[in-house]
Amino acid sequence: MKTTVLLIAGLGALPLAAQAKTDISWWHAMSGANAEVVAKIAADFNASQSDYEVKPVFKGTYPETLNAGIAAFRAGQAPDIIQVFDVGTGVMMGAQGAIKPVAEVLKEGGYSFDKSQYLAGIVGYYSTPAGEMLSFPYNSSSPVLYYNKDIFQKAGLNPDQPPKTWAETWAAARKIKESGAATCGYTSTWLTWIHTENFAAWNNVSWATNENGLAGTPELKIDSPLFVKHFQELADLAKEGVFVYGGRTSEAKQNFTSGECGILTESSGGLGDIVKSGINYGIGQLPYDETAASAPQNTTPGGASLWVMAGKSDEVYKGVAAFFNYLSQTPVQQYLHEQSGYLPVTIAAYEATKASGFYEKNPAREVPILQMSGKAPTENSKGVRAPNLPQLRDIQNEEYEKMLSGQQDAATALKNAATRGNAAIKDAVGG
Amino acid sequence: MRRTVFPHKLLPWLLLAPQLAITLIFFYWPAAQAFRQSMLREDAFGLKTTFVGLANFRKVLADPAYLNALQVTVLFSALVAFFAMGIALFLAVQAEKVIRGKGFYRTLMIWPYAVAPAVAGMLWLFMFNPSFGTLAWPLRQMGVNWNPLLNSTHAMILVVAAAVWKQISYNFLFFVAGLQAIPRSLIEAAAIDGASRRHAFWTIVFPLLTPTTFFLLVVNTVYALFDTFGIIHAVTGGGPGKATETLVYKVYNDGFVNLIMGDSAAQSVILMVIVILLTAFQFRYIERRVHYG
Repeated sequence: MKTTVLLIAGLGALPLAAQAKTDISWWHAMSGANAEVVAKIAADFNASQSDYEVKPVFKGTYPETLNAGIAAFRAGQAPDIIQVFDVGTGVMMGAQGAIKPVAEVLKEGGYSFDKSQYLAGIVGYYSTPAGEMLSFPYNSSSPVLYYNKDIFQKAGLNPDQPPKTWAETWAAARKIKESGAATCGYTSTWLTWIHTENFAAWNNVSWATNENGLAGTPELKIDSPLFVKHFQELADLAKEGVFVYGGRTSEAKQNFTSGECGILTESSGGLGDIVKSGINYGIGQLPYDETAASAPQNTTPGGASLWVMAGKSDEVYKGVAAFFNYLSQTPVQQYLHEQSGYLPVTIAAYEATKASGFYEKNPAREVPILQMSGKAPTENSKGVRAPNLPQLRDIQNEEYEKMLSGQQDAATALKNAATRGNAAIKDAVGG
Repeated sequence: MRRTVFPHKLLPWLLLAPQLAITLIFFYWPAAQAFRQSMLREDAFGLKTTFVGLANFRKVLADPAYLNALQVTVLFSALVAFFAMGIALFLAVQAEKVIRGKGFYRTLMIWPYAVAPAVAGMLWLFMFNPSFGTLAWPLRQMGVNWNPLLNSTHAMILVVAAAVWKQISYNFLFFVAGLQAIPRSLIEAAAIDGASRRHAFWTIVFPLLTPTTFFLLVVNTVYALFDTFGIIHAVTGGGPGKATETLVYKVYNDGFVNLIMGDSAAQSVILMVIVILLTAFQFRYIERRVHYG
């Protein structure tokens, strides 16, 4: 009784020991419409059986949720399930002893975990090099190209044909600017995630050694010639005013929805705001570099996954297993995919959505799936992992900003980003 | 005269207890934690902990990024303190001259002080963001290539402006009070001697205001050092590059974004030393100079 009181006093959110049901706490970072999806899934699961009660708790933004989870773990009061964004994956994987692999939880709960039923690109990202799934992919997205059809029309471009390669994208962007159809040809959110990590995967070039860090400590390779070529093109476009920089995360979406820019590369999960803005948009695959030998390869997932914390009772783990099993059922996945715009995790859910005719009405929703699972991933395209990915992205952003403002060329920027990044990795591993 | 003597030994402690408890729990305990953490190197979850002595301090002080943050902080604090005080003094002197509606003007001047730093940051961001700022557009029409997202100078101007705007009210209040404490007879005597208003201001009013000015200088420096986190977080996030990353912002970024607890703790200990020095300086100086009357 005393512990229960302490728990309530300390965290408020932690489950009360109920008589019959075992409570399972789920900390998440979903707000707005996505929070409603979380609430409905939890409520439906709770209604579907009588042994467990999943209690979702909103903990703020992705980094805030991760920090809350870490602080709670250090205080010995971690939640049972925590949603961690892609960038935090390396942090969680490094925390052996703090987490319990999802594959293990499922197996112990009496569920067989068949990897072949899941979309390879997504599951691969959340697995160990040996193939053991560590976290449950809840919401996945991938970068795609959005373009404004009205601006394309005005610039004399074909509004039904989005540019396929970067060269085509640059040409279209220049035409938009020169024809006066818009003041800015092209903008992009997340230069790190889209133009660095996904650029590497999509063009099948190495982001870092050791399978981009999935197989061991990575050493960044982002100063190799293809990156230098790509970023120099970007820097030149910025100088001409054709490319407009919006910020480090998803700020650039505004430049597109306001009609300032004709083309945008952004997460497929950003679709909601673009639909809401009411502009006449089209979607294409993320452009690739036609000089890269085996491009396009496949893109990697962003978004977040659910991690199970270590040190809980068997009863809790059984409940978590039952919940994850419920989550991977086709109707649930289909609901999640259609409501939130995130990708389905299982192949069956994808097939069911396809059969329902959803993609015929919403062809844009299929683009990221095709892009991510078109080809079997190579060692360059399973995703990227580092113990300190947030820090690496920070470093890259700093160097890119100096490059875009004309203080240094692409070769210097990428060289600095790689050198500083590698020093930071060494430090993180050594500590 | 009889001295008041409290017979109880326990009562004073009891009355002090709430404040002592707050101070211990919210000031001393975290400070001690930071001190301990600054000597450790550990992963985010605290699974592996190694004692490294002063290695974190050595690492932080040798880090060019830290020295950059130090430079940025000094420049930022100097700019904020100078403009926040300069403008406030000008406004206070002008407000003194107003005959009608003095109270009304003063109330308006004090208003921005009630705005939270993060909100102040957002306000300025909405006005000057290059893509959706309401004032960024006319700026660009005038031929200014306004872009705080990539131009370090523009970014610095923006955060300084937001920080200054918020602090002017506070300074204004103190300057108004300071001006009212100056005997009118002195200024009248100067006028009779034929001193111009400007001359009278610089030779009589300004020197008599020095205690206020010095007090505000310390307060403003501390404000610029610590309270502007919200503004920087909302407006630039330390960018572009590291152009607006101050010491406090770096503590946050290294600790809560990059999860390098040891470095972050070492930086906060260094900051703590800076504050202690600043505060000690302030108390010594004010004790000596505050009673000029």
